[in-house]
Amino acid sequence: MLALDNVSKIFHSGADHVEAIRKLNLSLADGDFLTIIGSNGAGKSTLLNLIAGGVLPSTGRILLNERDITAVPAYRRARSIGRIVQDPLAGTAPEMTVAENLALAMKRQGRGLRLALPRKLRREFTDQLATLDIGLESRLDCPVALLSGGERQALAVLMATLVPPKLLLLDEHTAALDPANAAMIVRLTESFVDRSGLATLMVTHNMEQAIAVGNRLIMMHRGEVIHELQGNEKSAATVDDLVDLFSQRHIADDELLLKRMPETASVGT
Amino acid sequence: MVSLLVHAAEQGLAYGIAALGVFLTYRVLKFPDLTVDGSFVTGAAVASLLLVRTGIDPFSVLLIAFAAGACAGLVTGLLNTKLGITNLLAGVLTMIMLYSINLRIMGRPNLSLLRASTATRLVSIAWSPLGSLAILTFILLLTFAIKLVLDYFLRTELGFALRATGDSERMITAQGVNVNTMKLLGLALSNGLVALSGALVAQYSGFADVGMGLGIIVTGLAAVIIGGALIRSNRVGLMTASVLLGSLIYRVAVSLALRYGYTVGFQASDLKLITSLLVIVALVIPYMRERRLRKVPSC
Repeated sequence: MLALDNVSKIFHSGADHVEAIRKLNLSLADGDFLTIIGSNGAGKSTLLNLIAGGVLPSTGRILLNERDITAVPAYRRARSIGRIVQDPLAGTAPEMTVAENLALAMKRQGRGLRLALPRKLRREFTDQLATLDIGLESRLDCPVALLSGGERQALAVLMATLVPPKLLLLDEHTAALDPANAAMIVRLTESFVDRSGLATLMVTHNMEQAIAVGNRLIMMHRGEVIHELQGNEKSAATVDDLVDLFSQRHIADDELLLKRMPETASVGT
Repeated sequence: MVSLLVHAAEQGLAYGIAALGVFLTYRVLKFPDLTVDGSFVTGAAVASLLLVRTGIDPFSVLLIAFAAGACAGLVTGLLNTKLGITNLLAGVLTMIMLYSINLRIMGRPNLSLLRASTATRLVSIAWSPLGSLAILTFILLLTFAIKLVLDYFLRTELGFALRATGDSERMITAQGVNVNTMKLLGLALSNGLVALSGALVAQYSGFADVGMGLGIIVTGLAAVIIGGALIRSNRVGLMTASVLLGSLIYRVAVSLALRYGYTVGFQASDLKLITSLLVIVALVIPYMRERRLRKVPSC
């Protein structure tokens, strides 16, 4: 349903440039839940950004349900792609109330002059919020700015899934939360993805989480997919296995770097 | 004294429509739009020209003025969203362009409506039983009707998207909304209201002048800020009501200052200075208060 075809992304700054994504090929089937791990600067967030439309690829094509969306603007892709990012402040409108935020998530397109928050919808939201089990159902008219980070992120998860998208992107969406809240958000996300069976990409720094959640796992390094685990291979893997795979690669890279050093005076990786 | 208050109330409500426009950009969209100093005059100029030259009735003229103002807002919006000019500069550029355009529309620096059948003149004849309150009643009804329509709009799906655009562009983009379209819509509506206000003020005062828009942004801000300090709420109906209340209080204060200010040595020409000082004070008070005690969340 999602396919990245030879996608590269090069960021330029003055005369310097960084190749954040290198000739990446990736395809996702319906119902696939792919977790992505990798060191800082591996290109994980850039990858999600490319899919969401926040940045445009330097080369290559991106297809969603066989449709070329490479040049489609972010707001238009958002009609079929849901996204939750690390910053709990980014997914909600702070000055608007809990109910108003949910009402905003009820329509992905075709907004018109109908009332956005009729009484019937408020009752529906109360029920939906009650399923989160964190007491938000009694705070419908509370500005979101007064919610905690965990509460805001839980609201963001509910908003991203209120009208199920075709594809869900999770960009370290539990990284800014304390362990208890992070666990709650993971539970919420999993139960939702299980119920709807929609294709999901999740970037995480937590290797245990990466193994426990989803049916596929990819490891990224310097803009490339260096390893992929699926099915039994993935469920049988341990954190140690991943760390081993990782350090092998790192050592290889470091060796490469050391070998290269004498020849090139200044190495700007 | 009573007639002074009646006149102040008439003006407060008439300028209150412009204040609602400023509220839309400054408070809702968080876009500090300076176009209004020009679009207010555009509304007045278009209305006056139509009243002097054509037989169009003075009420339809208000709607045409709205459309003209909306076009001015679109220019600022396009400069900002399509050409990447910063919001303040885009507004200033349009405002300056409008100065020339307003002169073109009127053909000279001012137009008298002494012999035209203006809305206020028609109303004071038709509603003569109300006596000296006829014009106030008319302006009150018109302003209130506009407030109600605006309230409704801000509660629609589109209105929600507009409010969210001012609140968090990232969030609303992720909800499938084009923030540029929302900015264009907000600026068009805002300047439409400001121009309608200009058209009403011109009819009320019996003339349009190319300099009559000077400081509308500050007057509008004064209303938004005074009202916001008196009524603290995030409910749409109360927010727009607070803007109108702020505009009324501001006009009464100005009228009293003009009437009795000479006793402390004020001149009419000091008005803009005093207004701006008033806005500074109104801006600073909530800032100081916020720093002293943090409001305890009520929910």
